Amino acid sequence: MRKLQLPRSPKVLLGLAILAFFVVMTVIGPWLAPYNPSSTAFNPLLSPSSHHWLGTTSLGQDIFSQLLVGARATMVVALVAGLVATALSMGIGIAAGYLGGVADDGLSLLSNVFLAIPGVPLLIVIDSYLPVNSRSNEFVIGLIISLTGWAWGARVLRAQTMSLRNRDFVEAARIIGESRTRIMFSEIAPNLLPVLASSLLFTVLYSIGAYVTLAYIGLTSTSVWNWGTMLYWAQANNAPLSNEWYWFVPPGICIALVGTGLALVNFGIDEFINPRLRAAGLTSRQRRRLHLARRPRLGLTPVLRSSNTALGATRMVSE
Amino acid sequence: MIVRRLGLYALTAWVAITANFILPRLMPGNPVQTLIGKIQSQVTPAEIRAIRLSFGLGFKQGILAQYVTYIEQLFKGNLGISITLGAPVSSILRQSVPWTIGLIGLSTVISFFVGTAAGAMLGWTRGSRFDSLIPTATFFQAVPYFFLGTIMLLVFGSNLHWFPVLGAYSQSVTPGWNWSFVTSVLRYGELPVISIVLSSVAGWMLGMRNMMITMIGEDFVLMAVAKGLPRRKVIYHAARNAVLPSIANLSLAIGLVVSGALLVELVFNYPGVGDLLLQAVLNEDYPLIQGIFLVITLTVLAANLIADVVYLVLDPRTRSEAAV
Repeated sequence: MRKLQLPRSPKVLLGLAILAFFVVMTVIGPWLAPYNPSSTAFNPLLSPSSHHWLGTTSLGQDIFSQLLVGARATMVVALVAGLVATALSMGIGIAAGYLGGVADDGLSLLSNVFLAIPGVPLLIVIDSYLPVNSRSNEFVIGLIISLTGWAWGARVLRAQTMSLRNRDFVEAARIIGESRTRIMFSEIAPNLLPVLASSLLFTVLYSIGAYVTLAYIGLTSTSVWNWGTMLYWAQANNAPLSNEWYWFVPPGICIALVGTGLALVNFGIDEFINPRLRAAGLTSRQRRRLHLARRPRLGLTPVLRSSNTALGATRMVSE
Repeated sequence: MIVRRLGLYALTAWVAITANFILPRLMPGNPVQTLIGKIQSQVTPAEIRAIRLSFGLGFKQGILAQYVTYIEQLFKGNLGISITLGAPVSSILRQSVPWTIGLIGLSTVISFFVGTAAGAMLGWTRGSRFDSLIPTATFFQAVPYFFLGTIMLLVFGSNLHWFPVLGAYSQSVTPGWNWSFVTSVLRYGELPVISIVLSSVAGWMLGMRNMMITMIGEDFVLMAVAKGLPRRKVIYHAARNAVLPSIANLSLAIGLVVSGALLVELVFNYPGVGDLLLQAVLNEDYPLIQGIFLVITLTVLAANLIADVVYLVLDPRTRSEAAV
């Protein structure tokens, strides 16, 4: 089993730093919030000040508190949906790739069908039928989002599994008589770790988007604070057109930053899976120091195996 | 290959249609009761019956017979009556669907070509200063479409007055095939199109860049360089092969773009199905929600089919496979 060691490029480090920041915000945000986010005790539509860092809403609620409290619901839903969807795509993708035959046909068909149906409209239909008390439950919403988000991962995992199924170590496991489930999930799955990780990040990214979208059009309970609900209220009160940027810009930026963090880490995983992408991690200064051409030459893609052997490896390949 | 894909899309359409049938019957919150609860005045049994019928929930039919009636009505183009607007769903959709297809179709085509070209260049010049575009593109990719749309509306519409805001054409022109209407539509479409392109272009760009980098390592590119082909030709050579996965992955991408773009319509008050969907959701107008979902799904499937045909034309390998 290869260890998942991310290339230490500035992109990945930046991504990890952003994610770490928001994870901390998720955990301690609600305690840090200076006021109760639903309390309407203040004057409406105050501009940002030292008392209200991001001003107040038209109902006199503190926007900064809403942002801090809202992080938790947003991240929890995204994580639940991402984990469930990845588990689904792992089960379905690996089974389809390993079992082959009729099982593969059936499971591939299932994932292709889910891939072709546009996710968010389907979510809106399902969610609009949910009773209101389920809409305020983060776990229910997360589960439904995961139902629309697993298919892509399943397709990728299936392809990767097919390339592994005839390797010697799988063959050996078959010969000693390990059960199919064990081969699939204890032998093959660990070798798909980078693909799984990338799939998890991708679905978490999708889930944040889907959840925020649902909240933005008012399909989650408006009593649960999340970044989408904040945008919903801002939009409903015409904040964008009346220049109350402090109301709707912060939640949008937070969503975008979390997404950027996830995508940047995913770059690292992509570079791990496909070493040809990795040389891009060298800055032009590093390249000069190594006496490399300013751009990698055609057909001679320098491959960095790890940061310690990087210098030797690149020089050898490029000369 | 194309027959297989057709079969897949037919099956997907059937799944979507059936989900539309099953969901109202499966969900714990009975939509009929919700609706009756929303009507303040006394509801007569005749009215309840009418509401039930509008959901296709006839009293005397078994579930299978209901399903058959539902499919029959669907093939006649009957999607039920909108509860809030009182008009047939199909005629409401006929007015809004062309706007959506025009807006999203145009933006997707622009964003695909711009993104692919930029991605090819980024892949080719990898390691140059253009690489700094990548984190920026990633950021734009992560911003929700509707949020970017809102910002653009605020900055370029209501503050700088560079673009007209809200709606699809000026109030002063009469809709129809006349010059002033067409130019007005194009003018009003600029800002929504730009914001959808900005949100979706990064996906194409990054995918293409990665494929291009992988392609550059292939022997045929080295061969092309060794033969002394001009650089432009070599890039074109590699790009033609690198673009194939982008096209093969269109089905995922189209679904994502449509999902995001529906909300852009909402931000710009564009008279397409996105705006309609929001109204329907707010009013719990279930026949309308379902009708919109069906139309969106079928349109996306049709777009996928077109993408498959394009793929077939571009990749000779699939053609020879089909011939064997």
